Amino acid sequence: MSETTQQSTGELGTSPGGGPGGTGGATASLWRGASMLLRQRELTVFVVAVALFLYFLFSSGQVNTAFIGQTNLINLLSTIAAPIIIIALGEVMLLISGEIDLSVGFIYTLAPYIMYFTVQYYHVPPLLGIILGLVMGIVVGWLNAFLTVTLGLPSFITTLGTGFILWGIVDTTSHAEPVPIPPSTMGVGKIFSTEQLVSSTNWNSIIWAVALTVIMHLVLTRTRWGLHTVAVGGNLLAAREAGIHVNRIKYGNFMLTGLFGALVGIQVAFANNSIDPTAGQYTPMFYSVAAAVIGGTAMLGGVGTIIGAFFGSFVIALVEDGFNILGFSANPLPIIYGTAILVAMIANVQLTRLRERGSR
Amino acid sequence: MSTTASDNATDVLRVEHLSKSYGAVTALTDINLRLGKGEVLGLIGDNGAGKSTLLKILCGFQPPTSGSIFLEGREVQLKSVNHARSLGIDAVYQDLAMVNQLTVCENMFLNREKIRWPLLSTRTMRREAQKRLDEMGVRVPDVNARVAKLSGGQRQAVAVARSVFSDPKILLLDEPLAAMGVKEGTIILDLVQKLKQRGDVSIIIIAHNYGQVLDVCDRVNMIQGGQITLDKRADETSAQELTDLVVAEYRRAMEERQQQSA
Repeated sequence: MSETTQQSTGELGTSPGGGPGGTGGATASLWRGASMLLRQRELTVFVVAVALFLYFLFSSGQVNTAFIGQTNLINLLSTIAAPIIIIALGEVMLLISGEIDLSVGFIYTLAPYIMYFTVQYYHVPPLLGIILGLVMGIVVGWLNAFLTVTLGLPSFITTLGTGFILWGIVDTTSHAEPVPIPPSTMGVGKIFSTEQLVSSTNWNSIIWAVALTVIMHLVLTRTRWGLHTVAVGGNLLAAREAGIHVNRIKYGNFMLTGLFGALVGIQVAFANNSIDPTAGQYTPMFYSVAAAVIGGTAMLGGVGTIIGAFFGSFVIALVEDGFNILGFSANPLPIIYGTAILVAMIANVQLTRLRERGSR
Repeated sequence: MSTTASDNATDVLRVEHLSKSYGAVTALTDINLRLGKGEVLGLIGDNGAGKSTLLKILCGFQPPTSGSIFLEGREVQLKSVNHARSLGIDAVYQDLAMVNQLTVCENMFLNREKIRWPLLSTRTMRREAQKRLDEMGVRVPDVNARVAKLSGGQRQAVAVARSVFSDPKILLLDEPLAAMGVKEGTIILDLVQKLKQRGDVSIIIIAHNYGQVLDVCDRVNMIQGGQITLDKRADETSAQELTDLVVAEYRRAMEERQQQSA
């Protein structure tokens, strides 16, 4: 497996100078990627992401300067990829522990409004307004966990319900009207994201996304919390048997997902310099779950990786951005996403079957 | 059932007049049982005889309807599985206790992880897991292998090895040989033999396949229809005698049913 890593990173390094050979190389690595589905899923998604990147870079026959230019890179990384990545980090933890959150996109929508209302109407300090927005995400996560874990509803239903309620709350309180960012929050807001129209150097969102990915990868693979998350999703009885507080793990992951949803909502509001009642909603949640699945996370719990979801997010972002840059219509994009989800899932299921057969 | 006074002093576990009913259904009636220090007791009976109910009571999973449990001579009320564990009673269930998606090492240290805050000290855990398994003669391909890749016998062996981690006084093994072949089963029997030699843990093996179990047991109790119907040293009984008991019970049940339908 280390061999293949070297190969794919090698391609990244050499190809930009390679010119015309690029398309062929990309196709070849796509094929290699397909064959590796049977081994390491994160690596496969990585290879697919690299292949897509190379494809869009060289598909016109020469280096596509519009694609590699700073404006587009910021659009690709900070605007498209970062929100998917950050929400996916929460969803992966939830999916591994055997749950899902469909409401996170509405937490995203509501969070900047909480900031706006508290700062504009209640005159709380800007930072506190932002914190209250984030706290709302945690509270909704807690509520989702309460309904799911304590009252025993399936999380799919719980979060379907809370999602609708949040939607209604946003539309009622905002009269479904967008509002500008409160001027007093601009200073603190720069930590999260800088307005793209003013500054063409908004790397903040992607820096947040990468930093949180590193942290969550460590949490999942190297801490007790991560180990217990896998145990809870993999075998609830065994986890309980070992004395793990399984409810605590699920509560924690719901709250974490809520926090990440709120964070993304506030970031996007600062990036757009406006708070929009139609931002967020279902789309980012679906993209994030898609990214997690493409990255090898199973829906049955116990299986999933942060790194896989990270590259899964990139695959989605690259397709969206690349089509746009090449001037293709965006209309068929969902077909590509759907196919990618299904291919990843088929690989997942077949891989498990193969493994089970192999062990007997 | 002859429990002499001198025996009582060395008993790790004693159960007196224990009964359990679920509503109108009586699962256990007036169970008396004792377990000596370092002893291996085979608790044998047909499916539905009450073995599992007794196990669930002894590991703290559910309380008895009446009767007493004595641990090293002191009466105890087992409030929960964790409470029982803190008193030194640990149970290994058939196949429930392992997380397939985790490695052997991670399973062995589940919820007793070694931490170098904030991260797990994976290397220490691996070394210790390997050491523990070696000590008990449990062979697995790799402590970093996922449990899903192990055979039934290996999984069970790892589960038993793990339970010894917390140095329990009493180990309850629920059908440790179920769902595995003879060769696989010897892995577990060897392990029980090793634990017996160490002498610091007393074991109750629950089984309905007595042929193999008889070899490692010091004493055998047979449970039929919620009652203990036989208590003998393992070398004083035979698989044949146990089989005859079960067959006799089976005949009785058949006759009863025929009389009812007649």
